[in-house]
Amino acid sequence: MTPFWILTRAGFRRHSTYRLALLAGMTTNSVFGVIRALLLLAALASAGSDIGGYDAPTAVAFVWWGQALLGTVNLWGFQEVKDRVRTGDIAIDFLRPVNPQLAYLAGDLGRAGINLVGRGAPAILLGGLLFDMAWPPGAASWVSGAVSVVLAVVVAFSGNFTVNLLAFWLVEIRGIYLMWMITGGLLCGLYLPVPWFPNWLRTIAEWSPFPSMLQIPIDILAGRVVGAEIIATMATQVFWATALLVLGQVVLRAGRRRLEVQGG
Amino acid sequence: MSTTNPAIIETRELVRDFKKLRAVDRMTFTIEAGEAVGYIGANGAGKSTTIKMLTGILKPTSGLVRTCGLDPMSRRIEVARRVGVVFGQRSQLWWDLPLRDSFEILAAIHRLQPERATARTAALVEQLEMGPQLGTPVRSLSLGQRMRAEIAAALLHSPELLVLDEPTIGLDVLSKQRLREFLVAERRERGTTLLLTTHDMGDIERLCDRVLVVDRGRLAFDGTLTGLAGTVGARRLLVLDLAVPTPALVDVPGTQLVDSESDGLRQRLAFDAETTTAAAVLAHVSGRAEVRDLTIEEPDIEDVVRRLYAASGRA
Ligand SMILES: Nc1ncnc2c1ncn2[C@@H]1O[C@H](COP(=O)(O)OP(=O)(O)OP(=O)(O)O)[C@@H](O)[C@H]1O
Ligand SMILES: [Mg+2]
Repeated sequence: MTPFWILTRAGFRRHSTYRLALLAGMTTNSVFGVIRALLLLAALASAGSDIGGYDAPTAVAFVWWGQALLGTVNLWGFQEVKDRVRTGDIAIDFLRPVNPQLAYLAGDLGRAGINLVGRGAPAILLGGLLFDMAWPPGAASWVSGAVSVVLAVVVAFSGNFTVNLLAFWLVEIRGIYLMWMITGGLLCGLYLPVPWFPNWLRTIAEWSPFPSMLQIPIDILAGRVVGAEIIATMATQVFWATALLVLGQVVLRAGRRRLEVQGG
Repeated sequence: MSTTNPAIIETRELVRDFKKLRAVDRMTFTIEAGEAVGYIGANGAGKSTTIKMLTGILKPTSGLVRTCGLDPMSRRIEVARRVGVVFGQRSQLWWDLPLRDSFEILAAIHRLQPERATARTAALVEQLEMGPQLGTPVRSLSLGQRMRAEIAAALLHSPELLVLDEPTIGLDVLSKQRLREFLVAERRERGTTLLLTTHDMGDIERLCDRVLVVDRGRLAFDGTLTGLAGTVGARRLLVLDLAVPTPALVDVPGTQLVDSESDGLRQRLAFDAETTTAAAVLAHVSGRAEVRDLTIEEPDIEDVVRRLYAASGRA
């Protein structure tokens, strides 16, 4: 087995040991999904027509795919790498004949996998059962939607990883982290679809990596983006994934040279 | 030492500063393939800092370091394939997974052939008696079990060089013993080069042919353990439990009082095995007070190092 694959599997296994957390996540996701779907449907009903290209079934799909991908794509980030930099345990990662960034990416894909199975799938099934939801319009949408979800995981990971690495230079990165999370949560299209944003905010969002983390896969899966447009939106994701991975690699190299591992 | 073996570690004028502190100061030494070297010194002397530079996780301030002939900073991955490292205070295992998974992941990371990985893992598990723990999550292992697992993990890819930074810290006597026996056997079989830091003289005596002593970042001694004992004198300690509180035994011929506890009920005398004997010291003390019990301690590293520092003009 290749190192990447076995590290992915390890990430999957590590996170599947926390069954209770998965169950709790699934429950919260579902409750919030119901509330959000009802709110959005009420808004559509009072508007009396589509809003920004969303009719009731697409709005429901927007909500439930968002809830389903919430745990899969790491929107809230992780602390592990930052903590390892601070304690010096990152040194252990440098003692292995692998690129630490790719090793952590593999682990994160595994984490995403178990969350998709344990939290995502139940949310989608529930949404489909309780509401009239727009399903992906065809096999092409399912397949490209799946690839787009993987890309979203990679984009979110690379951004989070790079933010974590700032711990090489800063004693405390909580402030930066919070900003990243809040901006990301808003601009990725979790609370409201990006097309509903006022123009100026939409422009900012469209020039940021955040829609690549959620809005794009949801658009594909809800059938709002079809045909050749799928290629174009996924190209955006590929661009951000590549750019952030390269950035992370550069920052990692610089950080390694100034690493001062404390203690034994 | 023969000069035919290639150098597996080489440092020349190696320096590392932390702000104003010079942690490693113009360190120059060479270790040849197949040697077993103990790297000792007081707390904060610079041992771990040197090891971090040797293994490519800390950038030297100046000077040269070569591990397996490579610059560990720029050739990190190649060095990682050829070296196994254990930092006693850190773990390289996957905390929330069964121990077996850590071995599997490391074997894959080092790209071992499946048959080789299986055989090597089985051999290490057997020699280190870890069979019963394979299914246990690493976080539930006892310290001794985890340390054996760490060493197995570092040796899984059969490295040419094994670097251990305080591998026996916190282990009980039996666990230390087993670990040392394993390392002796492993070296006998594969000729692995060993570099070891420890505060335990037993580790050095059992495992190392050569000792490097570091004092405030500087190399203060490089030679055999016998040579080191010769330089500072083979000082042993006589611990005396006396029947009644006794004034400090400051003037027993050929000895030096180390300390006196409980109003002189227990006193510790250091003596040089070459100038007097335990029997002579005991006879002399018995003339002054009734001796109820006694033990003799072999010199410990701290003591040897302290005396070496003293001999080189530092209190
Ligand atoms: N990251 C760091 N930042 C600042 N000072 C450091 C750092 N790492 C080590 N030092 C200092 O460098 C000196 C050498 O430390 P080092 O850890 O190498 O000692 P050591 O010989 O391994 O000691 P010990 O036996 O206690 O493990 C110490 O004074 C220590 O405080
Ligand atoms: Mg140390």
